[in-house]
Amino acid sequence: MGEQGLLRPRDFDGFEWGFVGVIAALACLGLLTLYSMGGGAGGSPWPMYWKQIIWLGVGSAAFLVMASLDYHALARWSYLLYGAGLVLLVVAMFFGQGVRGAQRWLALGPVRVQPSEFVKISLLLVLAFHYSSQTKPGWWIRVILPGLIVLPGFVLILKQPDLGTSLSLLSIYVTLLLVVGVKSRAFGVMVLSALMIFPFVWGGLWSSLHFYQQERILSFVNPQYDPGGHGYQGLQSRIAVGSGGLIGKGFYGGTQTQFQFLPEGHTDFIFAVFAEEWGFLGGVLLLGLFLALFLLGLEIATKAKDLLGALLAIGFVGMMAFNTVVNVGMTVGLAPIVGIPLPLLSYGGSTTIMTMAGLGLLFNVKRRRLMFLP
Amino acid sequence: MTAAGAHHPGGQAAALDAVRRRFLFLKIGVCCLAGLLILRLWQLQILDGTHYQTLSQDNRTRSILLHPVRGLIYDRQGVLLANNVPSFNLYVQLDDVPNREALLLKLADLLSLDERVLLRNMRDNDQGPRVRLKQGLTLKEAALVESHRFDLPGVGVHPEAQRNNPQGAYAAHLLGYVGSVSETQLTQEAFRGLPRSSIVGQSGVERAYDRILRGRAGSKLIEVDALGHEKRMVSVEKPRAGHDMYLTIDFRLQQLAEELLGERVGAMVALEPHTGAILALASRPGFDPNALSRGLSTEGWNAVQRDARHPLMNRAIQGQYPPASTFKIIMAAAALETEAFDRAATLPCAGSFRMGRRTYRDWKAGGHGAVNLHQALVHSCDVYFYRLGRRMGIEPIAASAERFGLGRPTGIDLPGEAKGIVPSPEWKQRMRGKPWYPGETVSVSIGQGALMVTPLQMATVIAMIGNQGAAHTPHVVRGIRARGSGAVEEWQPSASAPSTLRPAHLQSIRAALAEVVTKGTARRARSSRVAIAGKTGTAQVVALRSTTGDDVPREFRDHAWFVAYAPLDDPRLAVAVLIEHGGHGGSAAAPLAKKLIEAYMTYESVAPPAPPKASLSSRPSGPRERPAHG
Repeated sequence: MGEQGLLRPRDFDGFEWGFVGVIAALACLGLLTLYSMGGGAGGSPWPMYWKQIIWLGVGSAAFLVMASLDYHALARWSYLLYGAGLVLLVVAMFFGQGVRGAQRWLALGPVRVQPSEFVKISLLLVLAFHYSSQTKPGWWIRVILPGLIVLPGFVLILKQPDLGTSLSLLSIYVTLLLVVGVKSRAFGVMVLSALMIFPFVWGGLWSSLHFYQQERILSFVNPQYDPGGHGYQGLQSRIAVGSGGLIGKGFYGGTQTQFQFLPEGHTDFIFAVFAEEWGFLGGVLLLGLFLALFLLGLEIATKAKDLLGALLAIGFVGMMAFNTVVNVGMTVGLAPIVGIPLPLLSYGGSTTIMTMAGLGLLFNVKRRRLMFLP
Repeated sequence: MTAAGAHHPGGQAAALDAVRRRFLFLKIGVCCLAGLLILRLWQLQILDGTHYQTLSQDNRTRSILLHPVRGLIYDRQGVLLANNVPSFNLYVQLDDVPNREALLLKLADLLSLDERVLLRNMRDNDQGPRVRLKQGLTLKEAALVESHRFDLPGVGVHPEAQRNNPQGAYAAHLLGYVGSVSETQLTQEAFRGLPRSSIVGQSGVERAYDRILRGRAGSKLIEVDALGHEKRMVSVEKPRAGHDMYLTIDFRLQQLAEELLGERVGAMVALEPHTGAILALASRPGFDPNALSRGLSTEGWNAVQRDARHPLMNRAIQGQYPPASTFKIIMAAAALETEAFDRAATLPCAGSFRMGRRTYRDWKAGGHGAVNLHQALVHSCDVYFYRLGRRMGIEPIAASAERFGLGRPTGIDLPGEAKGIVPSPEWKQRMRGKPWYPGETVSVSIGQGALMVTPLQMATVIAMIGNQGAAHTPHVVRGIRARGSGAVEEWQPSASAPSTLRPAHLQSIRAALAEVVTKGTARRARSSRVAIAGKTGTAQVVALRSTTGDDVPREFRDHAWFVAYAPLDDPRLAVAVLIEHGGHGGSAAAPLAKKLIEAYMTYESVAPPAPPKASLSSRPSGPRERPAHG
């Protein structure tokens, strides 16, 4: 296929500068928040923000690589990549390292990686490739087969157990299903039948959840019931956000964070830390940046030159929007605490690198479009 | 590069168009979701912001009660009787504990305790959100808890002052012990308004002068982390220590009195007749006030409570016994005050006295022959007093007993004093709803029947005789030293109640009491070093023919009494001794009193008590833990 050199900033147009600028702004806010929390993670001598800078650096490289490759070629290899991801999940299940009862990590020399993050990107490629190469109608081709493709990844990750990542895997499928999978009438039928079979599926799904996952979802219903117990995280998170007020308690001023009332402040609850320090104004700014990123992503999808590019863009934006909304939602008490990191802000190597890689893919789609303009 | 569209099926372009149309809905959807989240932020941060700010404040600040240090207690010469030692106390802040059962199990495991004990402590001390789980941790236990602090949310070890009696079990009843204020006590006037976990005096001087000794609690506001551990102090209001107290007690005499009693069950009281100052107030068996102040386990408490010898009872002021022949002093006074009485007149004693169908025996089988009042007192002739009592009737006897302060508390500054019983026809009608029998007057005449007195009451009776009939309210506190200023305030003894006895009558009683020791029933109290006057008593517990021999079971043996003062002319010391089931007063009680009196005379001649001002004010202000012997 066509050759494309490495990206050079001086070639960027205004749209691309805006896109990169929003990403950089979000990453910087994340670093700032991590910096204000100080301290090392898990007894590491390196402060968390330093390690996150490294992850962002590696992620930027992944961004450049993903932006430079031909995504059509990537898509053709996607089944192999997805298959490899599933194998890694199985390996992690047997040889992985557990963090609080979850077998998520695979040790690769000095670093530990989460295969589930890699599986997300590869699944996006597989589904986008599938829908772009199979334009024929029919339930089997458009709904059931893709569903069967998602199923092994979903189940393996759910069993780790990692409810949040498995749900965000599902969100890619559902997004693509909504935009290309079904026609309007079929969509209506699907929603209806989903409502009808929900109670039966729920029973099976519920019993497949780990005890602590069930507790978390239950406590979402009424966190005041047991402040010291299972609703603790949610309540402390809401206290952190709410006590931020209009302008926040200022940098370093977040008492909920500084006195460690807020658990997982550097990962799943980083939005609460940010909102406590910078208040409503900061929160609106952060959500505004995310909204801008998603709208830019959707713009890329709209203007993509081919279906594969459009679907890759829409799938990634859909997943990222799902992660963002669920993460902020659980922080402010609108969603159950399922354990989803906030893209670009939450501390974490695998998730940061894969998010940057996905954004690189998005940039790639944007660039490809230009090649066919006169 | 070739056109990418070439190898795409024709349907692709149409599909792309269809997909693009749906993007609009996605854009709207994303905007709606962002709007929803922003609305929620508005609700949390703007509408409910104040509420969550309060919650956040409560989250990180805790108010910690700072217990005051109790004042020190010294004897009259400055011997330290009660001080404070550091103690590691285990506290738990309940609202920082996510799972109480798990925490208790962990603590029980760490401290090798039964978690049920901790659970009970938690319930017993349910004093709001901060609970004292255990007092007096060892250094090792404290270190163990501290090193596991991250597994023990809300748990902290705080060094606090623990009441300590450096003299051990000596003067235990007198000093009393301390403990957490109870729910019932908080409703009482003396303890109203105290913080819930306050340590207050539970008996003795600690209880009587708790207001002076306890000081005032302070508090500090700290910022804590999520595990409830202190990060920073916000503000502090320092506690104020209690005032120090000087007792009238001479610890040497107190120690001697308790050692003289030894394993016997009984009480000894020694006081200054001219002031009412208590010099020794001993009761046996005793207890370990340190163990009680540190908080006994339930088993320990049950053991103390079930002990048939009632070690917690202060027999000197709470034990009520028939005064037996010591009551003859009061009988004599009653008779002398009667106009028609001739003290030289003799009454026959043949060893028994019949009234109605009942025979009242004299302690001496053959009788004393014809005796007058003086001889009857010296030899403790029962029959003389039977006759005297029947002649006088109960009213003048009861009136005389009341003049000597019987039947009501002496007013000593210690809690829980018993008042005894002076029976009379009104009393019997009121209490038992039955008429008075003349035979009861006969029993009362030798201090038996329903008549009941405490050892302290008898000590004040003999002190009145020694002090020319003037009575002083007995007291144990000599003065207080204010914490901070160090100013000493000496408490003056109460003004004496004027004598109701005529000097001539008093003189004849005193002459008889002197002879009791030289020629009468208390010859074993006779001392080569000091002239002692006194009166023995042998109180019947049950009506047996013989109640003193070794073959009689202990619990049926008589109580032994001896009351005395010395020296004869200018009494410095009045003593009452009671030995439960000790046998004859003359043999069981009198020798103890003699040793106590002799020892006191030695102390007085070797080192007369320094003028109080000099001895007290020579000490600098502030806490002094070291005993200073005067």
